[in-house]
Amino acid sequence: MSHVVLDALLPPPLLAADGVSLGYATGRRGWLRPATRFLAVDRVSLTLSRGETLGIVGESGCGKSSLARLLVGLAAPEAGEVRFEGAAMPAPDSAAWRALRTRLQMVFQDTGGALDPRLTVRTQVREPLLIHRQPDPDARCAQVLDQVRLGPHLWDRFPRELSGGQVQRVVIARALAPRPDLLVLDEPVSALDVSIQAQIVNLLHDLQRDLGLSYVFVSHDLGVVRHVAHRVAVMYLGRILEIAPKAELFARPRHPYTQALLASVPVADPARRGARVAIPGDPPSPQHPPSGCRFHPRCPLAVPRCATEAPVLRALGATDVACHRAGEPGLPSLADVLSAPRAAVAPMPAREPA
Amino acid sequence: MPLIQVDTLDVTIRRRDGTPVQPVRGVSLCVDAGETLALVGESGCGKSLTCLAIAGLLPRRARAQGRVVMQDTDLLALPRRAARLRRRALIASVFQDATNALNPVRPIGWQVAEAIRLRRSVTRAEAGNEAVRLLGRVGLPEPERRAREYPHQFSGGMNQRAMIALAIAGRPHLLIADEATTALDVTIQAQILDLIADLQAELGMGMIFVTHDLGIVAQAADRAAVMYAGRIVETAPVTALFASPRHPYTRGLLQALPRVDHDGRPLSTIDGIVPPPDRMPPGCAFAPRCPRVGAGCDATIPVSQPLTEAPARSVACHRPVPLSEEV
Repeated sequence: MSHVVLDALLPPPLLAADGVSLGYATGRRGWLRPATRFLAVDRVSLTLSRGETLGIVGESGCGKSSLARLLVGLAAPEAGEVRFEGAAMPAPDSAAWRALRTRLQMVFQDTGGALDPRLTVRTQVREPLLIHRQPDPDARCAQVLDQVRLGPHLWDRFPRELSGGQVQRVVIARALAPRPDLLVLDEPVSALDVSIQAQIVNLLHDLQRDLGLSYVFVSHDLGVVRHVAHRVAVMYLGRILEIAPKAELFARPRHPYTQALLASVPVADPARRGARVAIPGDPPSPQHPPSGCRFHPRCPLAVPRCATEAPVLRALGATDVACHRAGEPGLPSLADVLSAPRAAVAPMPAREPA
Repeated sequence: MPLIQVDTLDVTIRRRDGTPVQPVRGVSLCVDAGETLALVGESGCGKSLTCLAIAGLLPRRARAQGRVVMQDTDLLALPRRAARLRRRALIASVFQDATNALNPVRPIGWQVAEAIRLRRSVTRAEAGNEAVRLLGRVGLPEPERRAREYPHQFSGGMNQRAMIALAIAGRPHLLIADEATTALDVTIQAQILDLIADLQAELGMGMIFVTHDLGIVAQAADRAAVMYAGRIVETAPVTALFASPRHPYTRGLLQALPRVDHDGRPLSTIDGIVPPPDRMPPGCAFAPRCPRVGAGCDATIPVSQPLTEAPARSVACHRPVPLSEEV
């Protein structure tokens, strides 16, 4: 393969995950039954280049937040390896890991819980600079608060005196303070109202342009991801089902689950009413993942092979997709299969007179 | 005659220190049978309190004034007990957090049967059978077995189905869905939206759909009322609202929305924040953030008026967006 030679000449990606897995133990049920383990992240591989935003989308319980923790080294993978600039991620809490912390920062969804209610904005943003013994913390603190466009009149306030959008700016400023190369953002705008969400999305965009940051942007909101990401990975029950450049993913979703996700989102356009289709069923519990392809019990396009053999990611144009049937000539689209008339249901009996 | 007519509804809450605040001011709306009205706005705009006032579920420290008329009766004028019985027959609500709204120590089927027995004179066994049938109707698999299970054994989507079964048990004339699909994953949300639409068509219910999600408004509602800082600022049929929003706030919201169906331009934003209810500006509450603000906007509160060219629409703005300007 010729591109193997080419890869060796290029600088390594900023961040790479190679077959990483992360498991959790469930609580014991009765003292005779041992605790069981399940994989929240199951052999995931991806790369992130400098200045790039990788969106990770999926529904609750798909492992996207666990993957985020692996990527910043907050958790150690039980299989596989995360590499930062080509070097293996040091174990959590080691000296090497602490040194790397200035370059990898994480922003969590629960911004209220991320700040200390007893410290002023200025103190909280300065704290990581003191911990990492960076020069001139006061000047740097002022600089980042200015970069997130938080006016100086707010710098000596406490978190409770700020609005949700302002709190999120403080959290981002604190993450930026030690001059990281990579921000891993876990649902950074999910708790915000639309008008405030737009301010933060635009801010993240400007910061990336000005500072050359790389982002891993975890979200369940496909609209937001479409606006911030360069590439998008779709997760389901701990695995990546599809990873593609953004334009490709939204224009030609290859995996039936990606198609289902996109078709489920209510689009803010009344002209597209009825275009929405719902796939049946609940996502299975990650503790008892189905055999073969994890999506096969809900997939309208599943064939017997899907139940026995787990598909691996393979290239299809610019997309990598883990589906046995993707790219098959003449494969019907999900919408065609699902728009068949819904099963008739027994009508409700008439109202009794009041 | 509309199914429900709300006239100049105010909700006043007495704070712990005794000072009153008014998070809902002069809200008027109506819903016809079979129609879905979306009540849309950002957090704290008063959309949920409006619905709680209609459903008679306001917390003790809150008081509703105005008129809520259903079947020629003003529910706010009735004595407490009579109002409760009237509402029980007419209105049902579904809320965001179904798992916590259900009773954790009773089986799902028991809870649905209780809702039936509160409204109809049936035996325990009949109510139990009807509950199983309802749970099947809302799409719960194996309803006989599931009826004996508890909320903690259900997924969030299944609990929301159970809540919907509870709500339709009394065959209400008006269903209030307050962020009913907000906590659900998008594939489950699509299922629940389909279910609610089916049941609405079947029962001919009027619906008030409270949501912050403009996508749901576009997909599920016939008309929408946009709320800002306790007031309705714009009411319009959904198609017209999205094609040509007339209130600057509505337009700002639509332009700030990251769309799943296209991308490109940076999102426009609405600068500033919503004024807190105890520090409302004297004129239009949106004036301090409004890109179209002009003389007079900060002096008097704009009154909601039907548009001359479109009587089905109304807007409360001194300087509405001209029709020629589209989103």
